Amino acid sequence: MASNNTRPDAPLPANQSADYGYALKEAMYAGLITLGMFVLFIGLKTDQNIRNELILVPRWGLLAIFVIIAAVGRFAYIAWLGPAMASGKAAKSRKVVSTEKSFLAQHWTKLAIVFLFLYPALVGGSLKWVDNFGIQILIYVMLAWGLNIVVGLAGLLDLGYVAFYAVGAYSYALLSEHLGLSFWLLLPMAGILSAMWGIILGFPVLRLRGDYLAIVTLAFGEIIRLVLINWTEVTKGTFGISSIKKADFFGWFTFNIADPNYIGKVFDIAPSGTYYKIFLYYLILLLALLTAFVTLRLRKMPIGRAWEALREDEVACRSLGINTTNTKLTAFATGAMFGGFAGSFFAARQGFVSPESFIFLESAVILAIVVLGGMGSLTGIAIAAVVMIGGTEILRELTFLKAIFGEGFTPELYRMLLFGVAMVMVMIWKPRGFVGNRTPTAFLFERKEVSGSFTTEGHG
Amino acid sequence: MQGSSSTNNNILTVEHLTMRFGGLVAINDLSFAAKRGEITALIGPNGAGKTTVFNCITGFYKPTEGMITLHESSGKTHLLERMPDFQITAKAKVARTFQNIRLFSGMTVLENLLVAQHNKLMRASGFTILGLLGLKTYKEASRNSIELARHWLEKADLLQRADDPAGDLPYGAQRRLEIARAMCTGPELLCLDEPAAGLNPRESAALNKLLLDIRQDTGTSTLLIEHDMSVVMEISDHVVVLEYGQKISDGNPDFVKNDPKVIAAYLGVEDEDEIDIPVIREDLKAVGKGKKGEAR
Repeated sequence: MASNNTRPDAPLPANQSADYGYALKEAMYAGLITLGMFVLFIGLKTDQNIRNELILVPRWGLLAIFVIIAAVGRFAYIAWLGPAMASGKAAKSRKVVSTEKSFLAQHWTKLAIVFLFLYPALVGGSLKWVDNFGIQILIYVMLAWGLNIVVGLAGLLDLGYVAFYAVGAYSYALLSEHLGLSFWLLLPMAGILSAMWGIILGFPVLRLRGDYLAIVTLAFGEIIRLVLINWTEVTKGTFGISSIKKADFFGWFTFNIADPNYIGKVFDIAPSGTYYKIFLYYLILLLALLTAFVTLRLRKMPIGRAWEALREDEVACRSLGINTTNTKLTAFATGAMFGGFAGSFFAARQGFVSPESFIFLESAVILAIVVLGGMGSLTGIAIAAVVMIGGTEILRELTFLKAIFGEGFTPELYRMLLFGVAMVMVMIWKPRGFVGNRTPTAFLFERKEVSGSFTTEGHG
Repeated sequence: MQGSSSTNNNILTVEHLTMRFGGLVAINDLSFAAKRGEITALIGPNGAGKTTVFNCITGFYKPTEGMITLHESSGKTHLLERMPDFQITAKAKVARTFQNIRLFSGMTVLENLLVAQHNKLMRASGFTILGLLGLKTYKEASRNSIELARHWLEKADLLQRADDPAGDLPYGAQRRLEIARAMCTGPELLCLDEPAAGLNPRESAALNKLLLDIRQDTGTSTLLIEHDMSVVMEISDHVVVLEYGQKISDGNPDFVKNDPKVIAAYLGVEDEDEIDIPVIREDLKAVGKGKKGEAR
């Protein structure tokens, strides 16, 4: 290390530092290959003329653009980008890892939380940014943190997590409709009901592992959805339940303009729908933070360590006297409970629930967030949720692509494609997710991160 | 230790144990006893059924026939063949290690030892609920559990690596960690499945010291499967020899070593020249010398 420090940059290999002749040759090859590949696809287009005859429309200009892009791109890569990347890599390997963490690295969780609390003010209460981005992302953060307990910590692959989300949402919708109870009473009840369903699911699948567990949980998710569709007397089937009561502020004021204690009347301000959105934003933020807090606390408790031990090696767990049945059930129940909280929040936010909202794709997205974030890491999962949910939202606004591909181009159709490509790339670069390292829950001398290569994903 | 053969002095009695896998009889009518505070070794050629006996004792297999009784020092007895595996560790205080090491490789060395104290900590944390509220009793139990872990880390010579992932340890250290982890459950009977397999002579000597320390300091009885004769003969007080699922010899190391049946099992009888296994013969000879030289 020390000798490396004193030495200045090692000279780069000669052929890497801008060998333009070589780059030119490579660019020519790339251009030729592109020409060969695209001459029939792009260069010629078959069309019908006015007499319904098939004619060939040459598009040499467009073909030329493709060839030039390929050639220039290849030239830039060989001549500048490649050497730059190589020297960057070399510099990185020489860099001494500083043991002193920067202020940002030390306090960034607190900074992030402060930012989240100020967020509605920062975006000026803009409905799009608070509702479509803020609330939407936070719901998924919370769901993914809940699923993280089951998948990331206990290593039980659950493909039907959305079922608990559905149970929570319908619990709130039905109980508030029939019993007229308030949101604050129904929120914990929805959590408890979901946890109960978690245990009911847990019992039969305890002896299953890995793929088999995944299949059964997938089936469970579908069963819940089909029950919601077909049990029409209670759930109104595919019509769903509408005009669900809004959440109120502990009975102090409500967000229903008809109520005598509507927020506008209590504070004597102009009526607006924004208040409710901002209230919901803070509500889901607090719920998500509660999930994170409980997860962090549980990780340091014996039960949390047992979950992680279960993921690492179930047989060894039993040899240490750990009741793996109870351990799995608590993982299922705790994860399901947070799904239920999120579900009742969802119902209060939408004012409408139907089985359409709880399809398998939702489970898959939540699981993808957990895996992409790095199993077990709360930070990674939060980042992944921002990327996945915020990313798909922001890709709706690809209007600048119209400038390139012409007015007829509809960028919205390509967002899922771009999104898939982005996910594949993330998994290639970071196969363990954004944050692959595991933070130990206890230490004797110093807290060292455990590299992702040692942890296991669990076998069910 | 006192040499009395009363059953009270036995920590573990195995009676008429039979284990069949379909048509295969892995263990056939095996009876033996392990004395409290002693190191009992279970030896035998490959496939003799040693690990099967272990799996029956620790509940990983349910024996076809027979009775396995554990006598706790408090006087309580447990019928192990009737208990689920995790309760054998939790209630009957039998801990085990595995032939192929089973550590929680993604957790640190310290965390491995804390997981082993799960049941104690669960009770202290009021099954998580009281601990979540940050009660003092849990905090104290948590501190004590780390102290106990530190104690066993010192014994196993792993203190410096306490904060490293268990999967990052060298092989010998992983073996010692597994024993330390088993000891953290507070067992009365420690079952070790080939603890010296794959160790070099120095590591093997360190292991012997660790096992003798365990016997001396905690009074924990040990049941040991081992192929390494230097370990078996040096540290065990009592040796049981199995072949084809049956007991062929039972006694102190000197007796077993000279038992013609044991020699036959290891070296063969009739066609001695043809199926001679010189390595084992030398092993036995070397051990014999070592034993004589050793001052008791």
